[in-house]
Parts: sequence; C-alpha cells; structure tokens
Amino acid sequence: MQTLQFDAGQFTAKAVDGGFADPVYDAQAVFHALMQANARPGVRETLADRLEPPAPLEAGLAAVALTLCDPDTPVWLSPALRTDAVRAWLAFHAGCPLTDDAGAAAFVLCAQDDTPPAQDTLHAGTQEYPDRAATLVLALPALDGGAALTLTGPGIEQSAAISPVGLPDGFVAARADNRALFPRGVDVVLVSGRDLVALPRTTVVATADGSSSNAEAN
Amino acid sequence: MTVMTGDIATYNFAYLDEQTKRMIRRAILKAIAIPGYQVPFASREMPMPYGWGTGGVQVTASIIGPDDTLKVIDQGADDTTNAVSIRAFFQKVANVAVTTHTRDATIIQTRHRIPEEPLTEGQVLVYQVPIPEPLRFLEPRETETRKMHALEEYGLMHVKLYEDIARHGHIATTYAYPVLVADRYVMDPSPTPKFDNPKMDMSPALQLFGAGREKRIYAIPPYTRVVSLDFEDHPFEIQSFEEPCALCAAEGVYLDEVILDDHGGRMFVCSDTDHCEERLAQGHKGRLAAEDAYAAKEPAQ
Ligand SMILES: [Zn+2]
Repeated sequence: MQTLQFDAGQFTAKAVDGGFADPVYDAQAVFHALMQANARPGVRETLADRLEPPAPLEAGLAAVALTLCDPDTPVWLSPALRTDAVRAWLAFHAGCPLTDDAGAAAFVLCAQDDTPPAQDTLHAGTQEYPDRAATLVLALPALDGGAALTLTGPGIEQSAAISPVGLPDGFVAARADNRALFPRGVDVVLVSGRDLVALPRTTVVATADGSSSNAEAN
Repeated sequence: MTVMTGDIATYNFAYLDEQTKRMIRRAILKAIAIPGYQVPFASREMPMPYGWGTGGVQVTASIIGPDDTLKVIDQGADDTTNAVSIRAFFQKVANVAVTTHTRDATIIQTRHRIPEEPLTEGQVLVYQVPIPEPLRFLEPRETETRKMHALEEYGLMHVKLYEDIARHGHIATTYAYPVLVADRYVMDPSPTPKFDNPKMDMSPALQLFGAGREKRIYAIPPYTRVVSLDFEDHPFEIQSFEEPCALCAAEGVYLDEVILDDHGGRMFVCSDTDHCEERLAQGHKGRLAAEDAYAAKEPAQ
C-alpha cells in the first residue's frame, strides 16, 4: 500500500510565481529536448531559461517535473527538496502527488547534494508492461569534467561519451544491472542547470577502460 | 516562439489539451526507451475518423511546436485528400509551417510509405498505424500477444512466414512485413511496402508510430537495428521493378502502377511524388516524361 501525500505545503503567493511563462509552448520545448535527448543518449540538450523554481529545486529538475508530471504521476523528492516552498510550487504548477515510497514513484527527483535511492529499489515496470517503469532525474554539479563514460546502444551510431560530475557511487554498475533487466528498467535523465542528458534503459554505460560492471565513474 | 502567443487560443495549440499531451509525451519517451514495444495510451477522440490516422495525428499533435515544419504523405503523395486534410488541420490548430519537401520537414507524418530521400538527424517520422500488433493474426487475444512479447515467444511468427514459403516458394508478405527491433521486439512497421523496411534500419531519424483505435504508441530510436524476419535459405528481399519511373527515370525507388487508358496502357511512376517532381525539375526524363507528364497521371487518380 503506497502512501500518497497531497499535502501541498504552505501555500503562499510565491507558489504561483516562477512557472513556465507560457505553459503550452514552454512545455513543448522542454518535451522536444527530452525526446531528442532520449532518442540520442549522451547528446546534451540545453533548455531555454523559462523557469524560476524555488531553491533548491533547480531549473532542470523543475522543467522535467512541469513537462511530464501531473496528477497521474506520483513523484518522490529527495530530502533536500522536501521544503514547503518546493512542495507548494510543484502542487500548483504540476499538481503531482508526492510519495515517500521511491519504489512507487513514476518520477524520482534528486537534488545535487542528496543521495538518490538505489536504482534497484525503483519501479522497473513488469515484463508485460515495461513502460510502467520509473524515470530517475538526477541533478548534478556539472555534465562535464568528470570521469569519461562511453555509451553504446540504440540512438547511438557508434559510441558516445559523457563525463558528468557527481554521479552517485556505484552508478555504472547499477546501470549494468538495470540493463540486464531489459525490457524492464529505470530510465535516467541527468540535469545540470538548464542542460540535460538522457540515459534510457537501453544505453550501455561503460567506464573509459571498457568496464561496465564494477569500476566506478567517480 | 513567444510571437505565437495570442495568435490562437493558447490551450488549444495542436488541438489536444495539455494533460492529454503530457500523457502521450510520457508514452513516447517510454516507447523510445523500449524500442519496438507497444506502449498503451488513452487515445482521444479526434475530429476525424479512425481510418484517417488519428494515432499519428495525436503523436504529431503532442510533439509539434511552433518552430516545426510539417510534411504529410499518404501512400507517398502529398496531395491526396487525407494528406491535405491532416496538413490543413495542423496549419489551423498549430499554425506551423508546412512543406512537401522531405529535406525541409522536421516532422513527417506518413501513411504507408517512407520517403525515398534519406532522412536526417533531428527529423521525426510519424507513422499512422491501423493494426500495431504483428502477432494479432496468429493470436486474437491481447493478453496472449502481450505474454508472447514479454517472453520473446516469436516462434509462431516464423512458422507463419515459413508457411508462406511452403505455399508460394517465397515469403509472400509484401506489406506490413514484420521486423525485429534492437534484437528484442517483433514489430509491425505499419502497412508500408517491405521495400521500405531497410530504410528503418539505422535511420538517423526518430521513428514514432501511433495507432489511434488500438491505443498504442511505439518507436524506433535513431541508429537502431531493424531486421526484417527471414530464413537462411530464404533471405529477406525487397520488391524490385523491371523498369525505372516512366516520368523521372528513377531506379531503386518504389513505383506505383498507373493505368493510362482503357486499352491496357499503363506506366510505373514514383510513389513518392515529391521525389519524382524534384527529379523532373532537375531535368531527369523518363520514358513518358513530357511537358504534361503530370496531366497524364491525373485521369488515373
Ligand atoms: Zn519518378
């Protein structure tokens, strides 16, 4: 039995500010970026500067939430995001229920300074309905400057390279375990500021030395 | 982008309401993450009958933005009633630019063909799909076909194709020829001629499929392996044509037979009308290319 909180936090005038200036066109633009990012794993998309979410909810996390989340999608927030201001803002602009159970969430939003739940505790869908899997959205300090990771799989002609900073411990191994569940599996979006990169479940993530199962990226 | 605001009723941009778009957008992202798998979605009533590609229309409506340029084709042609109506629909509800030129389009909605001109990165091809389930004719029950996909149980599909060989000496399926996507899901490429199947393989474009009546969305990401099912002793082969296009002399393209008169006169011409017109403009001349080449084609339609 999952617990869903509809508690919107303290409602203030601030909750209604800072959303998409034009919800219809802005959501389309963010979706377009997400669609292209998922179609081309590793290719970075940069969002327009259209949101002013309350800290510590950063623009990338907020953009994904306002574009994809609504009353049909339970959302799990990492501890740093569980402020009244963030909850009230998401309630007003997305209307999404919040859940304490990461395994029941359709979207798992994790702030930079928080440790995300282990990927194998998130909903990976079922063999018959693998589309019901969760999407993990991780905010990172930077998408460049970290250890190089090589990506292969659908959407990638030969291979792609990314070097995000601040991935959680065990991320590469967790993606390998997740890949082994296919067609089940959790899809990942990495955001930093207004930049994002997608790592759908099909993407094989390997460290530069070719290991995808035990070496760490950071 | 902001220029558009106010020109049309904001919440009716692209006809669908925002919650429906979000639901379809989530389905599209999951479809991309699971290539060839059919994602169920809550299909909406559209202001056109199901046979008119409501699935494709809903997919296009959910992805299209004011910066897009839309091309719509029906059996390769931009000028059929179906293609013209869908193009007019999006001009009206999304105020987008439209084109008949494959290379100028960011989104191409199609019924039953893939353009001859190779697609490029960033383009999206949206297919109108009548029956998304490739196993449906083997097994009418949705619960069973879903189980077969879940267990990767595709033996019956191979048996069906092999029966073709036993009966006809070759695989007789020429449309909706089943493919294996990313080495996992068997997928129906919609009723495109099998001639177009190789174009799906490792395409730089994103391919999205929408089935309105059957409420399914599926996808092939760019650069994804798409293999037509076959057998070692009976490899997959595309249709070949004995003569080039009678108008533009193109070879290696899909041709339609056009009846010219009541006395058995006929010609074979490009199914992709934009491709044919462009070649004519470049000066290519086929057997029957005359100044009034297109006038000659008119009576057959
Ligand atoms: Zn021609």
